[in-house]
Amino acid sequence: MPFSYSIAVVALPLLMFLVLGLLDDRLGRRTAGVIGTVAMLVTTVLAYGVALTYFFGTGQGQIVDGIRQTVTVWNPAWLTFTEDLVVRMGIALDPIAAMMLVVITTVSLMVHLYSLGYMSNHEGEPEKGYQRYYAFLGLFTFSMLGLVVATNIFQVFIFFEMVGVSSYLLIGFYYTSPAAVHASKKAFIVTRLADLFFLLGIMILSFYTRTFDFESLVGTGGVAASGALGSAHGGTFMGISIMAWALTFIFIGGAGKSAMYPLHIWLPDAMEGPTPVSALIHAATMVVAGVYLVAKLFPLYVLEQGAMDVIAVVGAFTAFYAAAIACTQSDIKRALAFSTISQIAFMMTSLAVSSSDGALIEIHGGYGLGYMASMFHLFTHAMFKALLFLCAGAIIHAVGSNENSAMHGLHKHMPITSIAFLIGCLAIAGIPPFAGFWSKDEILVACYAKGLGWGLWMTMVAGLTAFYMFRLYLLIFFWSDHKQHGHHAPADAHWTMTVPLIILAAISVVAGFVPAHDMVTCDGKPLHTQLDWTVAGSSVLVACLGIGLAWRLYYKENDAPERMKAAASGLWTAAYHRFYMDELYQFITHKVIFQCVSKPIAWFDRKVIDGTMNLMGTVTQYCAAMVRPLQSGKVQAYVLTYLIGALVLAAALIACVLI
Amino acid sequence: MTIFNNILIYFVIIPLLTLGGLALCTNAGRGIRAIRAVAVTGATALVALAAYLVYYFVTARAAGVQDAMLLRSDVMWYEPFNIKLALGVDGVSVVMIALSAIIVFAGVFASWKMNPLPKQFFLWFFLLSTGVFGFFISIDLFTMFMFYEVALIPMYLLIGVWGSGNKTYSAMKLTLMLMGGSALLMLGIIGIYFHSAPEGSPLTMNILEIAEANAIPHSWQMYLFPLTFVGFGVLGAMFPFHTWSPDGHASAPTAVSMLHAGVLMKLGGYGCFRIAICLMPFAANELAWIFLLLTGISVVYGAFSACVQTDLKYINAYSSVSHCGMVLFAILMFNTTAMTGAVLQMLSHGLMTALFFALIGMIYGRTHTRDIQKMGGLMQIMPYLGVGYVIAGMASLGLPGLSGFVAEMTIFVGSFMHEDTFRRVLTIAGTSSIVITAVYILRVVGKLLFGPVVDEHHRQLTDATWEEKLSTATLIVCVAAIGCFPNFFVDIISGSFEPVVKALNAAM
Repeated sequence: MPFSYSIAVVALPLLMFLVLGLLDDRLGRRTAGVIGTVAMLVTTVLAYGVALTYFFGTGQGQIVDGIRQTVTVWNPAWLTFTEDLVVRMGIALDPIAAMMLVVITTVSLMVHLYSLGYMSNHEGEPEKGYQRYYAFLGLFTFSMLGLVVATNIFQVFIFFEMVGVSSYLLIGFYYTSPAAVHASKKAFIVTRLADLFFLLGIMILSFYTRTFDFESLVGTGGVAASGALGSAHGGTFMGISIMAWALTFIFIGGAGKSAMYPLHIWLPDAMEGPTPVSALIHAATMVVAGVYLVAKLFPLYVLEQGAMDVIAVVGAFTAFYAAAIACTQSDIKRALAFSTISQIAFMMTSLAVSSSDGALIEIHGGYGLGYMASMFHLFTHAMFKALLFLCAGAIIHAVGSNENSAMHGLHKHMPITSIAFLIGCLAIAGIPPFAGFWSKDEILVACYAKGLGWGLWMTMVAGLTAFYMFRLYLLIFFWSDHKQHGHHAPADAHWTMTVPLIILAAISVVAGFVPAHDMVTCDGKPLHTQLDWTVAGSSVLVACLGIGLAWRLYYKENDAPERMKAAASGLWTAAYHRFYMDELYQFITHKVIFQCVSKPIAWFDRKVIDGTMNLMGTVTQYCAAMVRPLQSGKVQAYVLTYLIGALVLAAALIACVLI
Repeated sequence: MTIFNNILIYFVIIPLLTLGGLALCTNAGRGIRAIRAVAVTGATALVALAAYLVYYFVTARAAGVQDAMLLRSDVMWYEPFNIKLALGVDGVSVVMIALSAIIVFAGVFASWKMNPLPKQFFLWFFLLSTGVFGFFISIDLFTMFMFYEVALIPMYLLIGVWGSGNKTYSAMKLTLMLMGGSALLMLGIIGIYFHSAPEGSPLTMNILEIAEANAIPHSWQMYLFPLTFVGFGVLGAMFPFHTWSPDGHASAPTAVSMLHAGVLMKLGGYGCFRIAICLMPFAANELAWIFLLLTGISVVYGAFSACVQTDLKYINAYSSVSHCGMVLFAILMFNTTAMTGAVLQMLSHGLMTALFFALIGMIYGRTHTRDIQKMGGLMQIMPYLGVGYVIAGMASLGLPGLSGFVAEMTIFVGSFMHEDTFRRVLTIAGTSSIVITAVYILRVVGKLLFGPVVDEHHRQLTDATWEEKLSTATLIVCVAAIGCFPNFFVDIISGSFEPVVKALNAAM
């Protein structure tokens, strides 16, 4: 069986979770970390082997007639619903799965290594939950790998839940802090709400197509299997085709994980978790699960333009919305979180602009550029965003605060971190030759092909991206001299933490040269792309404008930012408070659901339903109390009753005789 | 006698022998050791026997035995009314028996330090389990009803004597409401008996024969079905007959809550299926919508009610209303997938609620409160119990890999397969419970286990003892086993439903 060793890629992290989780304290702190990291290293090597063989090897069924195939390695039945509907737990390799294997294992390995140093102490004391932390990392890595190699949509759903719970456990890692507990709860419940829609989408989709399997749903090589979908077509509900409903619901599921507006509110709060976790889960891997899901079902979405339009609009709006908020945040992790939301929205939009009127748009003689660009951006973004988060972790570690007011002027103290962060910023801003330029440029080309408006809007957001990233960078590393708060001066961290930074920075420089257009395309055939100079030139220009503005405002301490803030105070405050979405949710959950639904129901239960039962009891007792005096046991009373009865009967008898 | 060759009868004999053994023990001095030894022996024997039964059943089915019921044997009890001790099991009863055995086993360890009167406690405890096992192994209406009553009565004493809080009120309420259900049930059973066979043939109590004859007139079915369904539905905590459950559970001692929520409530769902639906397919089809509505309400209503409770046991009792509502909801869907899901949900709910109640009992035994506002940060103090509680919570909110997910998904996918819009809309409403469940579970977990320690006195408390660990670990392993290898259980269960579903569709 080709690729049979890919089972080990998924199984090893699970094994690590079980071993580290069950042994827990019986294992030394350092031992647990080292075991976890080494296991992850092995997993990474194997995953690279799988991915490289899949992309560049031959003879194992990867390419048939020039079209990249899905290779199903393993697919046993797990849960049988009916003869048709069987949930399988399997491993299937297709271009995006292979690419995701590389992304997940790379970032996970870097995070494992980085955490050896970062997690060694917590607020000055040795971290107690070190073993638990590595166990959870293993669980998350397993879930995420299981998700991307899924052979059917139900398996994706299962692992959606699994990554959700690992994210819950890791956000709430510092479980003694109420903020972390609250954030983890919020993340879980918001994504659960989205998963509910995902489930409904699956139920509708599988009801009509009679299958969960991707292979029958979308076919190999991205050609929609019209057979499965044929029967489903034609049915409508409220004037919209059933399939569009199902696909939109599935998108909502993905939007929950990928933090699309208005389901994004959990992600900024999720930053309460340890920073390496934010890098792994909330920047590079789990949050792109929604994009991955839409990409997996891409051929179906193409057929349903309605669903595609929903994605495009939500994506384009979220990209701008999150970027605007990112411009005002003072907590560096939260600023990066909004940046992540915005970048994921780029990927979503890119997928959605690939088609119009139910067919793919042709660009330079090829189809599905948006799809390819989206996947490419997913890859590059994972690398540079993980880099940025890990840098943020090093900074937070050094100064002991998340607020950029506590930082300023760190460039002199932490040169390596500063350069790594700069590389990340250049990459995300889209400056050539860094990774982000190549992928973002293709996204913009796809957007322009859809319509001028789409292109201009996304270019504007790209400019905004450059601005807020450099605002962040300059406020952390320049602005003024560093005012020391802690006991010792901030410095670059231990090698376990700087090595991952250097590796990821190197990847962020070169990742743009990966020939994604040959590898990850929606029809399995290599896609011909060429640099569109007008688009590339204008996007670089806009990015430079953004950087220039940031430089002008934030390089040296001055009062221009304050004046700007004062000039647009309403807008600024609204953006700083994330346009009050959290307050809205708070209102809905606490005031509406708790006070207006749950409380009345509980009251109704106690007072009305239980009241009725108690009433029955009381009435019975009351009746009993009424009857009881008759059986008093007093002979006189009995005789009296007897006499009265006899007299009444006698009287009745006499009356009858007389009348 | 041939009946002793049937292993099923030993599910009744072992508890009875244990009763005998316990009767010889004393409470005084070192008597507690003997009591424990006898109870553990009895419970272990039951688990072993149940394991053998599962093995026997699986191999028999694999060998191609197609009978609806396996291990059949009949002994005449009372000739004039044709009442027999009729034994037999199908896939549904097999898993129910296994569930009961495991919960009895875990329950014995959870009541290790039972005080006062351990001997009497275990006597009633095993009498209750005799009733439970007897109910699951018999296929004769009369014997089933008799064992059903045997299972219900000990509850009154177990709560009234060993309970806590407002125990006299709760015990009385629970017993009266369940007895009310029994009264309806008895009417139903008598009604079924008098129409059990076509004109001229002898009347019978054997449910297989009744189902085969299918002689109950449709007009009668319309009366008898609601009587039996509601009769069992009371025990299955169907809205609006569920209010015994919160008070009853809150007052009951740990092991009794475990057994009650874990097994006794399953008698309700099992009975609804085995007697009401199987014997009266016509009325089942006609009247399903009423009960679907009621059980659908149970699912959402229970979940919302659980959101605002502050007593750990009340939260769980309402969550049980929601989960058991799902059992009855799915059993009324009349297709193999949903009905299999219902049985999986019974298993899952039984194990995970038993786990919940065991943990709540252990926490209550230490902190002497069940009010979540008075506790906090317990994870730091008792990590074993804390992790157990998180696992139970995850099973309850449907985490893949644990039992709840498998059961709920089978139910939802199965229920949604109906062409009928009414059922689909109800299913969609029911699925919303997965979010509400997450809300109340995470709320409890967050308040109880995480965050800072609320009461400084709690810092002196200890973590689980070995018998508590054994009790909870058994349940956790079972919950994970169902969650990881669902097809093993689905294969056992689903075969039993195919003939029933056929009969139901034919009756439409």
